[in-house]
Amino acid sequence: MELTGADIIVRCLQDEGIEYIFGYPGGAALHIYDALYKQDKVKHILVRHEQGAAHAADGYARATGKPGVVLVTSGPGITNAVTGIATAYMDSSPLVVLSAQVPTHLIGDDAFQEVDAVGITRPCVKHNFLVKDVNDLAMTLKKAFYIAASGRPGPVVVDIPKDVTAHKTEYLYPKSLTMRSYAPVNKGHPKQIKRAVDLILEAKRPIIYTGGGVVSAESADVLVELVRTLGYPCTNTLMGLGSYPADDALFLGMLGMHGTYEANMAMHDCDMMLAIGARFDDRITGDVAKFAPHARIIHIDIDPSSIGKNVQVEIPIVGDAKMVMKDLLKELNKRDKEPDTEALKRWWTQIDKWRSIDCLSYDKNSDLIKPQYVIEKLFEITDGGALVTSDVGQHQMWAAQFYGFKKTRRWINSGGLGTMGFGLPAAMGVQLAYPDEPVICVTGEASVIMCIQELSTCKQYDLPIKMVNLNNRYMGMVRQWQEFFYDRRYSHSYMDALPDFVALAESFGHVGIRIEKPGDVEGALREGLKLKDRLVFMDFITDQTENVYPMIAAGKGHNEMHLKPTNGEAPPERELA
Amino acid sequence: MRHIISILLENEAGALSRVAGLFSARGYNIESLTVAPTDDRTLSRMTVVTFGSDEIIEQIVKQLNKLVDVVRLQDLTEGAHIERELMLVKVKALDHAREEVKRLVDIFRGRIIDVTDSTYTLELTGTVEKLDAFVKALDVTEIIEVARSGVTGIARGDRALSV
Repeated sequence: MELTGADIIVRCLQDEGIEYIFGYPGGAALHIYDALYKQDKVKHILVRHEQGAAHAADGYARATGKPGVVLVTSGPGITNAVTGIATAYMDSSPLVVLSAQVPTHLIGDDAFQEVDAVGITRPCVKHNFLVKDVNDLAMTLKKAFYIAASGRPGPVVVDIPKDVTAHKTEYLYPKSLTMRSYAPVNKGHPKQIKRAVDLILEAKRPIIYTGGGVVSAESADVLVELVRTLGYPCTNTLMGLGSYPADDALFLGMLGMHGTYEANMAMHDCDMMLAIGARFDDRITGDVAKFAPHARIIHIDIDPSSIGKNVQVEIPIVGDAKMVMKDLLKELNKRDKEPDTEALKRWWTQIDKWRSIDCLSYDKNSDLIKPQYVIEKLFEITDGGALVTSDVGQHQMWAAQFYGFKKTRRWINSGGLGTMGFGLPAAMGVQLAYPDEPVICVTGEASVIMCIQELSTCKQYDLPIKMVNLNNRYMGMVRQWQEFFYDRRYSHSYMDALPDFVALAESFGHVGIRIEKPGDVEGALREGLKLKDRLVFMDFITDQTENVYPMIAAGKGHNEMHLKPTNGEAPPERELA
Repeated sequence: MRHIISILLENEAGALSRVAGLFSARGYNIESLTVAPTDDRTLSRMTVVTFGSDEIIEQIVKQLNKLVDVVRLQDLTEGAHIERELMLVKVKALDHAREEVKRLVDIFRGRIIDVTDSTYTLELTGTVEKLDAFVKALDVTEIIEVARSGVTGIARGDRALSV
């Protein structure tokens, strides 16, 4: 039987096993929305802004590992989604974005709600398509899902003109697919694996540094086995948190700009670095000229272009993190040689000295609510088991530092693009994927305002997200940089005329709580989390002056961290080499 | 170092802009870029002349390979190869220049492909250096316009770029 393009789209989604799509209707998308109306397998979540749709689908994708699906109309529909698409692109999150387009005969005429969607999204997608013939529709969607989810995942945009959604053809959804121009390499080269093991066993001051690639490859258990087999220290990037259990003695915490002292010093002083599914981003390396001067580096990544991009490495291995780590373990087991235990002992003694500095300590006797305290309590109360999303800024760093993640896909934040406004809509996708689990959005009063409209979506679909708003009445991270690097000239970082968040939450039909005293923090968190079927907006009025430590200033080396000032002195002058 | 990279890509709308966009977004240099369909009508062949350090060229190759539309590519400058560029030049051809230009065209093994009372249109094929040298030699007269195709190339011997 012949189906319309719109029906074909919906059938494709059904055949892909898509549970939810996140979208917002409009003229060019109406045939598709009509097709959605006539079925109930694929559930459509109506957001309040297309950016929210992209973030929600992204949150769903990151929490589940399955592609998130977005449906937007032409013109402003797709331009509003671009920030969300770019966010997914930077963090390698699999999205399939269906954007409706004006009818083919109007393309190029500056028609109403026309925009060159393929052109505008090209630099921030893994790939995109414009479907001009209904006969290509099913195959293109198959390709879109395949490309989005395989290799290094990423967003794929499929732009579909309105007339294509009206035209009819036979529906045939291909079961499998091979593309001559796209074939990700999953298996690491055996010779490189052998060379890597040689180097790993020679190390005297080793470190294992892993990122989001370990999460994407669902390979945390293999990482744990590898780290424990070797007894080497392990650090995770912001995107990799949860890959190695935070409470394990071999874990040094997060590394990078706001990473721990021990992780960054170990990165600096190591003689062998095993980098897995990480991309040597500038927030990780600091000044590349000062980066790990003694290290011989092994880099495992599924994306060849990630290797040798920022830092030259000795042993590149292109492949899937899980498969390569398994091969490394197999090769290690074949060897008679063991890691150098004497050298390793000396290395751990040094690391423990760095640890003893206790770089994340903060004032626990303050009369004001310390944001770190809120996260620490949240961690305790949820036993580190919640799904946590965040926005971008100080609260994001504190969540990363103080919520000890034990598993992957539980820490969902915009690491690469740093998109304020991500947290709340992302949490919607996460909550839909895990309706019975606690989903917490750690946010700040500046970030949350950027997508606050999604509180309405949460009401419509009864999403009982717990909002933890660390409200310091500043764009905290901007203020911190202005304090350190601009002589305390707080240019436009002050959030004047903030809303009453409790009243705001209530006006959307949710529960709002304001917490102003440290003594009330734990009680409020417990009370909020107890309301399992309600969205609770917890507005914590925190210390305005608190900064995120440690910090590597942009352009500095890992051994040039600012630690928390202990005597009330200005922090930038304080450096530990 | 100057590199000539030949790329086979899917002959699809937008494929060219993906390559061009990649170069501008990542700040890579393009000296010239040519593209046309091949004997297989599903494929286009693109030749990009670029320059950069070894690390940059390695990144360019990797980033190009990452584009879903790129089927295969080859850095021609890694081995023996032939490069050619086509140039059309319109010059003033008056008085003694009429004879002099004709002699130059013969020396450079070019052709005069159009003539008026006062102009010649010339065609010349060769390496970039040869075309540059010819343009320089043309100072015996006035150049009205120059149209160059950009470089295309092919590997010598058995080495080939095909699917």
